[in-house]
Amino acid sequence: MRLDVRFPIGGMFTIIGAMLVIYGLVSPAAVYERSLGINVNLWWGLVLLVFGVVMLVFAYRATKTQP
Amino acid sequence: MSHIQLGGIDYAILIIYFVFVLGIGWALRRVIRSSEDFFLSGRSIPAWIAGLAFISANLGAQEVIGMGASGAKYGIMTSHFYWVGAMPAMVFVGLFMMPFYYGSRARSVPEYLKLRFDEKTRGLNAITFAIMTVFSSGISMYALAKLLELVLGWSFHASIIVTGVIVLAYIFLGGLTSAIYNEVLQFFLIVLGFLPLVLLGLKDVGGWSGLTSKLAVVATNAGFEPGAWSHSWKYTDAATHNPMGIEWFGLIMGLGFAMSFGYWCTDFLVVQRAMAAGSMTAARRTPLIAAVPKMLMPALVILPGMLAIGMHATRGGFLPIGTDGQPNYNLAIPMLLAHYLPTGLLGLGLTALMASFMSGMAGNVTAFNTVWTYDIYQTFIRPGQSDSHYLRMGHAATVFGILASVVAAYAATRFNNINDILQLVFSFVNGPLFATFLLGMFWKRTTGHAAFFGLLTGTFAAAMHYGLTLPHGAVPGIKGGFLGTVLHTYPSEMALNFWTAIVAWTSCFVTTLAISLFTRRTKTDDELRGLVYSLTPRQSDGAMPWYKRPVTLAVGILAASAVLNVIFW
Repeated sequence: MRLDVRFPIGGMFTIIGAMLVIYGLVSPAAVYERSLGINVNLWWGLVLLVFGVVMLVFAYRATKTQP
Repeated sequence: MSHIQLGGIDYAILIIYFVFVLGIGWALRRVIRSSEDFFLSGRSIPAWIAGLAFISANLGAQEVIGMGASGAKYGIMTSHFYWVGAMPAMVFVGLFMMPFYYGSRARSVPEYLKLRFDEKTRGLNAITFAIMTVFSSGISMYALAKLLELVLGWSFHASIIVTGVIVLAYIFLGGLTSAIYNEVLQFFLIVLGFLPLVLLGLKDVGGWSGLTSKLAVVATNAGFEPGAWSHSWKYTDAATHNPMGIEWFGLIMGLGFAMSFGYWCTDFLVVQRAMAAGSMTAARRTPLIAAVPKMLMPALVILPGMLAIGMHATRGGFLPIGTDGQPNYNLAIPMLLAHYLPTGLLGLGLTALMASFMSGMAGNVTAFNTVWTYDIYQTFIRPGQSDSHYLRMGHAATVFGILASVVAAYAATRFNNINDILQLVFSFVNGPLFATFLLGMFWKRTTGHAAFFGLLTGTFAAAMHYGLTLPHGAVPGIKGGFLGTVLHTYPSEMALNFWTAIVAWTSCFVTTLAISLFTRRTKTDDELRGLVYSLTPRQSDGAMPWYKRPVTLAVGILAASAVLNVIFW
């Protein structure tokens, strides 16, 4: 019984992505002066979240197809 | 300079990363039953995982920091380390060498040398390799701890202890599988952690055209044509026309051939990942799959350096000035991180930096414990023990490897130029290796004595060449010319290094060829089956659909890197 590496990768990026999205929603706009006024935490957090969830879905589907 | 302040969320991201890397090691602890499980992942890794680990093990902190620095110092010409100095060699090792590495069932690169040649060639390679890996992991440990001290104000000792303990824990628990799984995780983290930095930087300077206009200022200030930082080939007609100080011939033969094939085709650090693959096809695909992200890596590691120097020249003082009056190029990526990323993404960027450091270090440590246990301990110290004995030795060697790296890291703080001296010695030792493998794999007449003395001659010739020549404007010593007489002056350090590699390769090739003709073969054709091209049955890919064959992927990679060379000509 081996670990599917997509589980930890998906898990980690889902958690970090969700954290960044939440932080992006609550943080004051002044934080984003550095990043050219773009709320990068929110947007990049969403990217990480989608990546993480996709990884988890693939890993989960693989457990279903295996005998 | 003032330190960057981190927020709670930055630390939280770093801690989550630590928890996951340790968790992977913990989850894999039951997988290890035999020494093959520990050192070679039981040869069961799928190609895409092995491929990403292959590239990640190479993507250490020195690669990230060093390529960023070179991007600032030499501009887009640094991409030659990828499109010229990696793609052809990675394709070659996958298509032509993996059948012998993997097919021979050798457990390491030195063990292949034993099967193909003899015990002394293996010993020479194993011992120099073991020393080199420990020192490179120590030097990168030093580099990272210094960087974190400078940028974040973190304690040098704490950085070394924390990273050393974490890497030790996950390799000790899960062996190579754990290192490989973590390398895949680290790969994605490095890409996703640095990408926002590059995107923000490019947006800020006004895209590629904005960047080229800024780089034109850098180039003109340095006394070159305006395009010298944004063209990779255009100014390579003469060494004096480009910042790297090298002309096209030295570049192609030195970097594209001698140095790059020497590294990608013979360095066990990367080859081990392919040897851990689950099948011959997977092993051959490993370097090819790795080549795809490697090809795009310049956007992630070189571009930040170019952005940093562009802003340094046009917005004034972006990079701190070092004691030599030059900008501190090594800080290109860290300064960009601090400049663009707000708290939150800043934590992600720093975690990516940590991840690159750990992947490089774990690569070194897993290669070290394998070579030590199989090629030195089992061969020369205590042969004929049970497998569980060697497994225990593997665990012990992991601890020893980390401790030795820590000692090397502290040695680097004491003796300023120990890094330079070691890097130099490594280049002498590595330079000739590919000639030995090329002759060994493709000419059955090559003998063990020839391989051994060819390697020694190549190393000696490299040292002599380096000792008798000097880069322009340097004083004799560590930079070259240490033998007292200077016979030739090269336009730059880079040119001297490339030509040293050419000399090492050529002298080893000629010596090995000549001695082979004058010594008797000690291995029969039968013994060399599976080790030499002419005596090994061809890999038949006929059963696979054409788009799945390694050759198709290889052609695609070479074509794509040719296109990239043309685009950034």
